Amino acid sequence: MSAETPYRLELIGISKSYARDGKPFQVLDNVSIRVREGEFVTLLGPSGSGKSTLFRLTGGVELPDAGEVRIGGKPATGERGLIGYMPQQASLFPWMTVAGNIAAALEIAGVPRREALASAKEWLARIGLDAVAGEHPGVLSGGMQQRVSFLRALLMPRDVMCLDEPFAALDALTRTEMQQWLLRQWEERRRSVLFVTHSIEEALTLSDRIYVLSAAPARVLREIAVPFERPRRADVWMDPQFAELKRDILGLLRRGDSDAV
Amino acid sequence: MANKPAWRRAWPPAAALLLFLALWQAACAAFRIDPWTLPSPYDIALQMGEDAPLIGYHLAGTLGLAMSGVGLGLAAGVILAVALHLLPAVRSVVSPFVVASQNVPLIALGPLLMIWFGFGLTPKLILLTLVGFFPVAWSLLAGLGRAEPQLREYLAMIGASKWETLRRLEFPASLPYLFSGLKITVTYSVTTACVAEWLGASRGIGYYLVLKFKGFQIDAVFGAVICIVTLCLGLYGLAAWLERIAIYWRRAGKAGERG
Ligand SMILES: Nc1ncnc2c1ncn2[C@@H]1O[C@H](COP(=O)(O)OP(=O)(O)OP(=O)(O)O)[C@@H](O)[C@H]1O
Ligand SMILES: [Mg+2]
Repeated sequence: MSAETPYRLELIGISKSYARDGKPFQVLDNVSIRVREGEFVTLLGPSGSGKSTLFRLTGGVELPDAGEVRIGGKPATGERGLIGYMPQQASLFPWMTVAGNIAAALEIAGVPRREALASAKEWLARIGLDAVAGEHPGVLSGGMQQRVSFLRALLMPRDVMCLDEPFAALDALTRTEMQQWLLRQWEERRRSVLFVTHSIEEALTLSDRIYVLSAAPARVLREIAVPFERPRRADVWMDPQFAELKRDILGLLRRGDSDAV
Repeated sequence: MANKPAWRRAWPPAAALLLFLALWQAACAAFRIDPWTLPSPYDIALQMGEDAPLIGYHLAGTLGLAMSGVGLGLAAGVILAVALHLLPAVRSVVSPFVVASQNVPLIALGPLLMIWFGFGLTPKLILLTLVGFFPVAWSLLAGLGRAEPQLREYLAMIGASKWETLRRLEFPASLPYLFSGLKITVTYSVTTACVAEWLGASRGIGYYLVLKFKGFQIDAVFGAVICIVTLCLGLYGLAAWLERIAIYWRRAGKAGERG
């Protein structure tokens, strides 16, 4: 990732408040985040710090009070349909087949139906899920549903993928397995990713860069460049630097205060 | 429960029905009830057997009328629900009128429609549509607004239009609501068709009913009522069966709920 690589997603000086009991409640306080082309960037922050809110602003579902969203170098504040999105719950449509779910999302993004279905089937086969392409999502396990949901986000012809705690609902074992799977899939395709998680290990295992957010109102406490090489080893967590970084971030979140100001 | 064979689910109500008929028959014999007051089930059955071809003819007429009414009511109900869903501003203006339309008694509305549109098929179809659209429209309208918020949020995030959201999420998600409305419409349609025939027709089980009442053939009146009830049950069953086919994913397990 060189300094010349263009930014795919820029959130510049974003602030946002909600009304709570009639009083304004500030969720985001001047947050700036940038994702370069082909970069895997993670937002790490305590629960309720406004990470999902930041995604809703990126997706154009809500408007910031201050600040600007830029996608692919163009102003995109409040504009919908510019990102691929993988929500916390798999959110597959029960009345469509697995392939149909992916194809429907692609169609909404403007891909012709035939092409969408063909590409859904081809990619399902590539990740070893061709056997369930014609099934309804209800028969899939939680982990399989998440793979489908990821593929759906990956195939969207969009500049940026936003993944909101995609593995939070999975058990620990499946979660580790899914992280490794995601890592392999992503390293093959190198899309620009903005990823949200609570888990420090998950952030260090997957990302190029990490933004550590404070509790609400969220500010960026620190920006960390993850030093481990790509393709990333499955056992990076054994690296002494991994433990050191983890301790740093933990301390940062505990103090809940910026040392970088 | 749902996996029991049909006959095992059907026998308790069937046995209850048989017991009821037996008691009725016994009561008629024991108290020597006048057949012009309350005919026994046996008398009714005999009369129905005798009149079978005629009843068949009239029943077919009613079925045809009721089904036309269901078709029109369903179409009007779906169109109205979708329109009011997409235009919330219109919804608040129109809703009171729609609800009020359901409070005009059939016995007032029927004759008025006859005065306005003559004695042909038109006033009957209008009456049936007016009665039939409401259950469909109102339950569908409720269903369209109740699609899963997670799926709604997902579609918003990927930039789906209002129309796409309706087509991919809201409409399929509200099919169970549509069908509960349809089941009510179907049974209303049969009774409304009978009322319409009673008001003015030369065919239909409603017409037959009035004829027999005027001739004091109480056993035939009971026979007609039995036919109407059976027709209602049959159409209700048909709607329930269509529902199972249309909402195929329910059988495939509960999706979208697991993480
Ligand atoms: N529509 C809304 N109206 C009012 N308050 C809201 C709204 N959406 C979110 N909030 C509040 O904003 C804060 C941040 O919410 P958000 O969902 O962005 O947190 P999060 O960082 O994603 O948390 P988690 O990690 O638990 O998912 C919360 O306190 C929440 O109650
Ligand atoms: Mg969240």
